[in-house]
Amino acid sequence: MSIEVISLSKQFGTFTALHDVSLQVHSGELLALLGPSGSGKTTLLRVIAGLETADSGQVLFHGEDATDQHVRDRQVGFVFQHYALFRNMTIFQNVAFGLNVRPKKFRPSKEEIHDRVMKLLHLVQLDWLADRYPHQLSGGQRQRIALARALAVEPKVLLLDEPFGALDAKVRKELRSWLRRLHDDMHITSVFVTHDQEEALEVADRVVVMNEGRIEQVGTPDEVYDQPANPFVYEFLGNVNLFHSRLHRGRAWIGDLEVDVPEHAEAEELVAIAYVRPHEIEVERTQNGEAALAAQIVHILSVGPIVRLELVRENDKERHPVHAEISKERFRELQLTKGEKVFIKPRRLDLFPNYPQSQLKH
Amino acid sequence: MVEPAPQHASLRTIMTTTITFPLAGKTFRQRATQEPVWVRRSLIGLALVFLTLFLFVPLISVFYEALKKGMEVYVAAITDPDAVSAIKLTLLVAAIAVPLNLIFGIAAAWAIAKFEFRGKNLLITLIDLPFSVSPVVSGLIYVLVFGLQGWLGPWLAEHDLKIIFAVPGIVLATVFVTVPFIARELIPLMQAQGTEEEEAAVVLGASGWQTFYHVTLPNIKWGLLYGAILCNARAMGEFGAVSVVSGHIRGSTNTMPLHVEILYNEYNFAAAFAVASLLALLALVTLALKTLIEFRNKQHQKQRGLE
Repeated sequence: MSIEVISLSKQFGTFTALHDVSLQVHSGELLALLGPSGSGKTTLLRVIAGLETADSGQVLFHGEDATDQHVRDRQVGFVFQHYALFRNMTIFQNVAFGLNVRPKKFRPSKEEIHDRVMKLLHLVQLDWLADRYPHQLSGGQRQRIALARALAVEPKVLLLDEPFGALDAKVRKELRSWLRRLHDDMHITSVFVTHDQEEALEVADRVVVMNEGRIEQVGTPDEVYDQPANPFVYEFLGNVNLFHSRLHRGRAWIGDLEVDVPEHAEAEELVAIAYVRPHEIEVERTQNGEAALAAQIVHILSVGPIVRLELVRENDKERHPVHAEISKERFRELQLTKGEKVFIKPRRLDLFPNYPQSQLKH
Repeated sequence: MVEPAPQHASLRTIMTTTITFPLAGKTFRQRATQEPVWVRRSLIGLALVFLTLFLFVPLISVFYEALKKGMEVYVAAITDPDAVSAIKLTLLVAAIAVPLNLIFGIAAAWAIAKFEFRGKNLLITLIDLPFSVSPVVSGLIYVLVFGLQGWLGPWLAEHDLKIIFAVPGIVLATVFVTVPFIARELIPLMQAQGTEEEEAAVVLGASGWQTFYHVTLPNIKWGLLYGAILCNARAMGEFGAVSVVSGHIRGSTNTMPLHVEILYNEYNFAAAFAVASLLALLALVTLALKTLIEFRNKQHQKQRGLE
């Protein structure tokens, strides 16, 4: 079932949680709402669920207006960050709850409920825990039960609020790929909230990047990572280096370095911000006749197959660190050591002319 | 559970340095947070003397005085028609006041813990009001409102309704005095539990009543019971407020505490103490129940690893 959100706004006192947000969730897709805390992503999810009412705007389920529908009639499955399992009930009772509270007319028989619950527990691979209580389970197990409980009522959409936020790194990764596989099997329209960009890029079909109650960009993980729409998305998704530059008629200057930027051919004497991903910085020992920036290595960190270099440009008085990532092979080839002088050159950069300085993190 | 913090900061600062006693080649170390033996013993002794003087002796004397003139006098005192009527009235008042406050307490705690609204702090303060107002004043308020010279007095008299110097007044005064017990017990408990479980239940399609009965109530049942027991003890033992509104009509508007006072003022000590012993028994039963509930609650939490 598709979900459509039309110009939702929501205020909490003086704080604007949602600012005229519109969004389309396609049927059967897994969508991530990504953003820093306070960006409105959880509020948006809760408004879709009906746990929160927006001040203005509409929520449509499958083209039908659901704005004034009560939570319990929306047929959504909701998974909470802290699981919210019923502590006084066994795991079986937890999963069966949604079926047991149905009015007699719509309630399946006892045997049917039993079969369905056991099937779901089997699906989340925890059928052997049916008689335990939530406190006897680990965090990862609890979250899988919470998911089984949400699925028990056969919801039309599944909403997950930071589902892996309270788990440790390893369990988080496991559950992440498990959720992806589960979604591929069930094809239920799902929206999940996260502040972890890696999680969003890895799991979702499409990512919605949010900031300060607005949507900054919507796109596939590749789109938002490779073609960020604006500096916020650039800085939020992955590590990035920021250079201040001048821009004039299709050419940009960062210090002494001159770069061709044909897409900005119209620009006349502009100040621009240039973003370069760490893995798109080339490191050389010599200048090779080409234009490059001189820099000094201040720190070397080797992580698995990748070596991270922290550099400082030679004539940078404020000593802003520049991060570069090179392969271990390349690192051995260059035989770099701390304190050495090298030359760096961006392989690819994105320019944002005239972006207000106040909106930048650094 | 929180370890009791060592008292007397000045002593503790002296004792933070470890004192060692060289003795037969062995070194006995004193824990840094422990006071020396003489301090501990004198503090415990002091507490014991205090408890004995102010609690045990009066308690025992109640039973001693009650039974001094023999079992027959005791039985006669508590089977006297006026005493029986006082006992019945006390039970009736508690039977009305406790359920009323149960409902109010749950409703107030639910509203305060699970919702944000204007005037929330005012409500919390109002709930505490009966604790801060002298019971006699509480009684007087009702006399002022419902009494013959009060605001509603003439209207009530016209319609032949009696509140002051009758059972309704006693019930009202008791309810007022016991309002905070259950709400106060539940508010912090419900606040700590948050609203996620209730939200989960509603999303799963549960109605408001189902959510309350299956999710909220089981989570607060021990606190609720605890509050109800304290509320009951106070409802049965209340003197000040009830004394003002009751009118002390024997066999009709006398509760047990009032009956004790009347008997005492008539120099009928044996009977006064006999009825008082019943109230003392009630206190002991309440204490026992309270301890039992605390114990069960702890077991319950331990079992759930929520220590």
